Amino acid sequence: MGTINILGKQLAVDADGNLANRSDWNEDVARELAKQEGIPNLTSQHWTIINYMRKVSEKEGSAPSIRRLTKESGVDTKTLYQLFPKGPAKRAAKIAGLPKPVGCI
Amino acid sequence: MKHLLILGGGTGGTMMANKLAPVLDAREWQVTIVDNSEKHYYQPGFLLVPFGIYSMRDVVKPRRQYLPAGVKLVISSIDHIEADKNKVVLSDQSILPYDYLIIATGADIHPEQNEGLVDDEWRKSKFDFYTPEGADQLSKFLKGWEGGKLVVNPVEMPIKCPVAPLEFLFLADAYFTEKGIRDKVELRLVTPLSGAFTKPRASQVLGEFLERKKIEVTPDFGLARVDSKEKKLVAWDDIEIGYDLLVSVPTNMGDPCIGRSDLGNELNYVPTDKETLLAKGHDNIFVIGDATDLPSSKAGSVVHFQSEVLFENFLEHIEKRPMPAHFDGHTNCFIESGFGKGLLIDFNYETEPLPGEFPLPGIGPLSLLKESSMNHYGKLMFRWVYWNVLLRGLELPMGSAMSMAGKRV
Repeated sequence: MGTINILGKQLAVDADGNLANRSDWNEDVARELAKQEGIPNLTSQHWTIINYMRKVSEKEGSAPSIRRLTKESGVDTKTLYQLFPKGPAKRAAKIAGLPKPVGCI
Repeated sequence: MKHLLILGGGTGGTMMANKLAPVLDAREWQVTIVDNSEKHYYQPGFLLVPFGIYSMRDVVKPRRQYLPAGVKLVISSIDHIEADKNKVVLSDQSILPYDYLIIATGADIHPEQNEGLVDDEWRKSKFDFYTPEGADQLSKFLKGWEGGKLVVNPVEMPIKCPVAPLEFLFLADAYFTEKGIRDKVELRLVTPLSGAFTKPRASQVLGEFLERKKIEVTPDFGLARVDSKEKKLVAWDDIEIGYDLLVSVPTNMGDPCIGRSDLGNELNYVPTDKETLLAKGHDNIFVIGDATDLPSSKAGSVVHFQSEVLFENFLEHIEKRPMPAHFDGHTNCFIESGFGKGLLIDFNYETEPLPGEFPLPGIGPLSLLKESSMNHYGKLMFRWVYWNVLLRGLELPMGSAMSMAGKRV
């Protein structure tokens, strides 16, 4: 298992490069993770998605798929791709400090 | 009389009927299986139909022939399940009560979920190979095709047999080479994944195969719509990929009856305990195979390993004893790589596919994550194993849990 440097701290990551420990995450860490993903500023829409993903993951144990994001977050797919280019579910999960959503098997 | 009702007579349902019917006391139990068709398809064979390796005759048999005596087969569509009342309502509104239910309703393609896929050009310049009709039509089309841009596009994960799009491309490479028109065909995989496959080491090995066979890859592609007039795929971020022949793997979903029963997630897959295979929140409903929402591949081998776990658990659970078996996510896939060769991968929830020998450590005869002729024969032989061993619920010479023996980490 590898680590990444976030705000001067070495944080453990899984094979997909996502944070290994939920407790390592906070909003400042999220902003840094977003920068590493090429998203310089997290807008309120970004936070809507990130918070929604964390809520689902907390309750059900895994992050939601893109299809469910579109259905339940109130943000349409087109906008999701603008917010988190190249794979919204994957990327938002990474920034939210969660493992990659299942379904990609 | 107690009723065990099995929904779906495919790989999972048939295997469970064959395993359970002989051991449940026939004076106490009636086993009933519901399916909407008399035909049992060997789904892994669909991949080989477009290239003329199998004909349609090779992949279909009468469903009844594979069910044991004493099991009642009801041919009907299912309207919905009333889980709180322990009954299933069929499409003609007749009612089947149950004490225990096994959901084995599988997954299917739903091209209507993908904008622009089903129109006048469907099965003319755009095909699927996940249905008998699709595979058959594509086989006829390929015979007369003179070349151009062939794009294979799995739209959305998860899909049944996640390696099938890659196998299709490997087989296409061999098919067009043998036809002498490989230089006139451009092969491309357009995928929502970030690479060739989901598991890192297999993705790397398979990625190298694609490169060697001159198959282009467009990763991270989220399909917004298909434009049939301009013959192009358009992504949510406006990237466009042109095609002459589109081989689509449309969105896969669980059976609509699961949605109507309010028992499924957003793709109509039933939330299932990943170890015991009980439906979450329902103590008398088990789920097997593609119908589950489990983070394991949707593939026949998975159903086979699950069937052994479900068999053990079922027999204890009906006696109110603790369930002894735990499914570990074990998956085992042959991957056709063309020109009479193939690969084999073996993995579970926790361990990704690794190189080695299988099933006998150090001997094989099959090799893991490596191309060989023996793996190809393994795949062809498997059709016989499917009809004669697997469906009948007989044991194969390997356990349901994944083994690390013979693997190199």
